Amino acid sequence: MSAAKCETGWGDSLSTEAVPAWTDHLTPLALRAIDPPPPGEGKRKASRPAMPSKLAISYQKVTKSFGSLRAVDDVSLDIAEGEFVAIVGGSGSGKTTLLRLANRLIEADGGAIMVEGEDVRNADPVALRRRIGYVFQSGGLFPHLSVADNIGITPKLLGEPAAAIAGRVDELLELVQLDRASHRDRLPEALSGGQRQRVGVARALAAKPHIVLMDEPFGALDPLTRDALGEDYRALHRSLGLTTVMITHDMTEAILLADRIAVMRGGKMLAQGTPAELSSSGDAYVLELLRTPRRQVERLNALLPQSGAA
Amino acid sequence: MSLLSDPRWGEALSHLADYLGNHVRVSLAALALGLAVSLPLAILTRNRPAPRGILLALASIVQTVPGLALLALFYPLLLAAAAVTLAWFGVSFSAFGFLPAMLALALYSMLPVLRNGITGLNGIDPALIEAAKGVGMTARQSLVMVELPLALPVMMAGIRTAAVWVIGTATLSTPIGQTSLGNYIFAGLQTQNWVFVLFGCLASALLALAVDQLLGLIEGGLRRRSRLRAGLGAAGIAALVVATLVPTMGRSSQGYVVGAKTFAEQYVLSALMRDRLQAAGLSATARSGLGSSVIFEALKAGDIDLYVDYSGTLWANQLHRTDIKPRAELVAELKTALAKENITLLGELGFENAYALVMPRKRAEALGIRTIADLSAHASTLSIAGDYEFFSRPEWAALQKAYGLQFRAQRQMQPDFMYAAVASGEVDVIAGYTSDGLIAKYDLVTLDDPKHAIPPYDAILLLAPKRAGDVRLRTALQPLLGKIDIATMRDANLRASGNDANSSPDAVARWLWGKIKQ
Repeated sequence: MSAAKCETGWGDSLSTEAVPAWTDHLTPLALRAIDPPPPGEGKRKASRPAMPSKLAISYQKVTKSFGSLRAVDDVSLDIAEGEFVAIVGGSGSGKTTLLRLANRLIEADGGAIMVEGEDVRNADPVALRRRIGYVFQSGGLFPHLSVADNIGITPKLLGEPAAAIAGRVDELLELVQLDRASHRDRLPEALSGGQRQRVGVARALAAKPHIVLMDEPFGALDPLTRDALGEDYRALHRSLGLTTVMITHDMTEAILLADRIAVMRGGKMLAQGTPAELSSSGDAYVLELLRTPRRQVERLNALLPQSGAA
Repeated sequence: MSLLSDPRWGEALSHLADYLGNHVRVSLAALALGLAVSLPLAILTRNRPAPRGILLALASIVQTVPGLALLALFYPLLLAAAAVTLAWFGVSFSAFGFLPAMLALALYSMLPVLRNGITGLNGIDPALIEAAKGVGMTARQSLVMVELPLALPVMMAGIRTAAVWVIGTATLSTPIGQTSLGNYIFAGLQTQNWVFVLFGCLASALLALAVDQLLGLIEGGLRRRSRLRAGLGAAGIAALVVATLVPTMGRSSQGYVVGAKTFAEQYVLSALMRDRLQAAGLSATARSGLGSSVIFEALKAGDIDLYVDYSGTLWANQLHRTDIKPRAELVAELKTALAKENITLLGELGFENAYALVMPRKRAEALGIRTIADLSAHASTLSIAGDYEFFSRPEWAALQKAYGLQFRAQRQMQPDFMYAAVASGEVDVIAGYTSDGLIAKYDLVTLDDPKHAIPPYDAILLLAPKRAGDVRLRTALQPLLGKIDIATMRDANLRASGNDANSSPDAVARWLWGKIKQ
């Protein structure tokens, strides 16, 4: 472990054991769900604080319209510090709008949004965005900048010295498990989809945010890469003590990664809670969303022998 | 004599530093001004469709104005502006040469820069602009760090197009008094010196290519983030500017500037006057190829010091007179009128270069035509050609009115081609010039003007207001007054229309001085 890593703050709280070695055991998504959970994963739901001690993000009766369309309609949602919340919904459900309201990429029409106890309306939007990590759909990497320059962009905007940024970039490449020598100076076009998204995650983490917003981060990836990336991010979320809000249209992914799931449809918040709480929901749409992963599990169980080498 | 061993290449080369230097300076200044205006406009209007549309429409309209006309329009525009600033602020500026050429060319460069700038900036994936905002960039940082670098290839393509256009169009700035590589082309066309024409075209094409390649080098450097490449390109452009400044700085003040209009006789006479001034120990240069309407204003404003005009031209165009007076009386009246504007009419050179209707001798005899009155009976079956200004001049109106002339067709031609055209039967009659040597060469006759519809056109020497009391200048020019008769001038013009080394204006001017001294 390099000295630079220890100097930069949360590097020391991080041990290599906290990060699962990925490419070695790529486990198909559905199979992992039916396997007995690995020892660390079992504690996942239990680690969630029973009483939300402090709120990282709080949406209070938030509305946002685009013309005559009510994209977000009277939505309230609390996200505690350290929590991993997935917002699930189809296209046009308002989930992306809700996410972008948190760092003022979009301004709300009504209601209030608190981030770490402060009303975002009182925050400088640029400073707010610099302290909240944001992972874009399919990366959103700047095509004219190298991997290192993409990752280091927010620290650069914050005026950190070049040497510190370089050290930070190396540390982040290790964190997202990209070989620094072969990736540092590449342009995004020379990366695979999965590698791009890893760089996207590294960029979001570069300024050491407490909160990370993710807009369908793994949506465009093949299932194996998607699973590996999801699990790796989940491990980072825990080891770094992040608060994460992730948008997805995939209920299976939401169940596997998130502590809590919020379901949106037509700009309204239909239900929110743990997967178990959701399954007791009375809403037909929520139940329909939960039915798909169940069906997949049953079908896979029937098709694959239980003792299959996984 | 082969084309390559022609001594006129050497003569052309001797002007290169001056012409190329001026050409580079006016082109690059225009391009820099065009960029300084267009790039911010492209950036400001990139998200505003309405002003963007208006801007692009305006730039497109400018582009449809022919380059020569645009350049010519800027001259009276600036003259008016100079008059206003003089009246309001007590300061005046020269509306001649560099300034109007630079402004017109800058305007000309705007369309490709604007259009490509806007296209480049609008073509960026909105997700990337969102990402720039998301990672915490301000609008300005997003522009500088993301949008401009991504739009760069398209923007640079526009800048390179503009550079090539401006360098090409700058050859047309010669008639408004800006020395450029166009001096070769205009002089070459007027004196049938194809070596000059070719030289001017080659030089401006090579310059355009060189600047385009240097800009390409800068573009590549910016795109690959290579300081070396971008630096080399920028250094190349800078070197070009410095190299063109050195010869000018080496030369002291230009001294007396002798003006010349755009035809061979004027080139010869300006060379003759320049030689006389230099022989008297005065520093002098010739400024050739000036438009007929530009040159008088340039003299009045002091941008040139002396030139030869024709009494009838000033009578009609400056005094707006339509009546006709005998030669001597007209010159005397003109002298008084010009003196009111502090312009000195030093005297007549001795010959007249009037418009005259000209036909092949044999054809005229066959049809029994000796005068314009005889011609009018046949006019409806004949065609006439004139130079670019003749048909809009008062003389033509006067001719039509006096003789009731109605031709079957009328055409405009480069003056030097008219004589060959009428000799070959391409047209039946031309409005030629009485002093032209080609009249004898092609065995043409000038038709008499019994009703005196065309005023006399004595060649007269004019001095700028600031040179009114200049005794050395007057003394140097004195030997020329009244010494050039029509036969001598025709001979000189015939020599100048030849296509060999002895036909350059400088060589003919030396021959002419030899005749005058006798």
